[in-house]
Amino acid sequence: MTRRRVVRLCAGAALCSLLALSCSDQGDAGGGAQPASAVATDPAMSAEVPRIAATLFFASPDGRTLVPVLREVALAEGLVPQGRAILTAQLQGPPPPYGAVLPPGTHLRAFYVTERGDAFVDLSFDADARRVVGTSAELLAVYAIVHTVTANLPTIQRVQILIDGREADTLAGHVDLRRPLEADMSRVRAADSTR
Amino acid sequence: MRGSATFSLAALLLLMAPVPQAQEGTAPAIPLTLLSPDGRGPVPTLMVNGAELIALDEVADRFGVTVRDDALAGGITLTYNGRTVVVSNDQPMASVSGRIVALPSPARRLTDGWFVPLELLPRALAPIYDARIDLRRASRLLIVGDLLVPRVTGRIDAIGPPTRATLEIAPAAPVSVTTEAGRLVVHIDADEVDLLPPTTGGGLIEEIRRGDLPMTVALVLDSRAGVARGVSTEADGVTRVAIDVAGPGLAVADGTTVGTADSPAPGPSPSSADPSVLPSAGTAAAPLVAGPRARLETIVLDPGHGGDDTGAVGGGAAEEKMIALAVAQRLRALIETRLGIRVILTRGDDRNVSLDERAAVANNSKADLFLSLHLNAAPAASVAGAEVISLRLDREGEDARRAAASDAVALRVLGGSLRTIDLIQWDLAQARHVDTSAVFAQMLEEQLRTNVTMSSQPRQRAPLRVLAAVDMPAALVEMAYLTNPEQAELARSETFQASAAQAIYDAIVAFRAYLEAQGAA
Repeated sequence: MTRRRVVRLCAGAALCSLLALSCSDQGDAGGGAQPASAVATDPAMSAEVPRIAATLFFASPDGRTLVPVLREVALAEGLVPQGRAILTAQLQGPPPPYGAVLPPGTHLRAFYVTERGDAFVDLSFDADARRVVGTSAELLAVYAIVHTVTANLPTIQRVQILIDGREADTLAGHVDLRRPLEADMSRVRAADSTR
Repeated sequence: MRGSATFSLAALLLLMAPVPQAQEGTAPAIPLTLLSPDGRGPVPTLMVNGAELIALDEVADRFGVTVRDDALAGGITLTYNGRTVVVSNDQPMASVSGRIVALPSPARRLTDGWFVPLELLPRALAPIYDARIDLRRASRLLIVGDLLVPRVTGRIDAIGPPTRATLEIAPAAPVSVTTEAGRLVVHIDADEVDLLPPTTGGGLIEEIRRGDLPMTVALVLDSRAGVARGVSTEADGVTRVAIDVAGPGLAVADGTTVGTADSPAPGPSPSSADPSVLPSAGTAAAPLVAGPRARLETIVLDPGHGGDDTGAVGGGAAEEKMIALAVAQRLRALIETRLGIRVILTRGDDRNVSLDERAAVANNSKADLFLSLHLNAAPAASVAGAEVISLRLDREGEDARRAAASDAVALRVLGGSLRTIDLIQWDLAQARHVDTSAVFAQMLEEQLRTNVTMSSQPRQRAPLRVLAAVDMPAALVEMAYLTNPEQAELARSETFQASAAQAIYDAIVAFRAYLEAQGAA
């Protein structure tokens, strides 16, 4: 696969994910889940690095739902490296005014995709990382990861979260992590509707 | 000058005059009543500087105690069967066989002799006396001897209709209910009842007060009252009698029909002449007469978290694990008392219980309903309100549900008959109940909305671990957000916890009616 083809693929994937977000049934969340229009750039990236606009998911300013937020992420070679780069950007936290869904000190240990098309996101937490507490906070944290993967890598339909390389029951005692999860668009709201 | 001297002399004479009795003390607003095997009667006492005093002469007469001044001991000595109590005349205490007990005030010499605080009787005299002495200040009772005088509290739980009232009788005692014109009379198998305080009614019950006989409590009914029913349960040494009074021309859902405001119930239902005897102490919850068999027979309540897993923590040390437990216990009492339904808690105290254990408790007890109780947390402090969550199935869950419907196998069992066995992944047992669980979740939302603030997303579906493996209709209630300071303070209050428990109870009643209607259809 040539570099130019990867760029086109990733750009197409990002476009598909945006279309998917804007066209999908919003359920009770109401309104289209358009990503925030301003595309944040990682200041650490040099100007020459090719980039894509990834859709990341953070807590809305009112803390009730997830909102899609566009951020430029370095273009990577292949599905797994690209997924890794997007998830790393997700874990770096949100731009204002959005809220973090995972505590600082959360790291991506590994990201891989099975032949069935299920993605595995392996997370680890610093010993002093704040715990995720509460069903709502846990749902936001889990689905932020699920949506970040499925929205940017459309070939992936399901995401399973592992903790420290192992299958986990839950993140904080509520959400079932024993199986791969599909996106749940009822937990996403358009960025503008929350401001 | 002369005038001034005359005034001074008059004032001096006034000060030297004997103090009249009225200035030494006043009679209490409600006289103290002595209950003993010999009968009942008033006991004269005096209120002096906020302390209630009884004359030692009175104590000597009633208790057969010898009283004498003991200057050497610095007080008054009471002797009974060779045992003594020395009451100090300048310190608020007494010595009982060498042990010091505190009293509200010292003994006082008034015009009519020595007076001692009423508390002397249970604190100092009782240890040397050969019968029980029990002073119940609030109900103005002095009980001497082995009499059964349970405390009875009455309250109106719901205005209705149906109007719901609960009597709590401690210690537990058998009860029966009869009807009289315009009122229900609860007879308690005791020497007397200690009813405190008379309860102002509401709805179709005008008042809960002492009955004509000392061991009865009367519920005075409104003229519009229809049929009433009662259910008695006993738990933790307390008998609870739940009374439901329907509106005019309406029947109540279950339990025993006791009668109407105007006439006793016909047929096998109890009447004044044939009181319906509620289950005696020690029996499990049961209606007065068995009603139609409800499909909702066992409910498992699951207070979230516990032990070193506190769950969410809010301001004022509001801990999710403790609030969830308090509401679960309150809800259990409501369900058992009023519905006679068996309730099992996945944890009855503050301890760790794994999510699998919680599901196992529900499945092994073949419960008909599972409800997990939680308090929530969000990234923003402004988020508030209750939410109800039932299980969301992903593709795998939907597959499991379809498989459960098609993979049932018929096995031949002892006796040659066939028994259909459903096959489903154990950790996806909830899959085949998701539709019924959603109905229950809707009822929970509707009822909670009447009592507590709801969130902007009041009903949700989510892949919650604790719901996935329970093989019965199930839901999880998040009662409030502990990350919201106002809600955290509110959630700690008994008022909020009672409101939440009542709303959930009402949802369970509605769900039971739904199940029965489904069964009938």
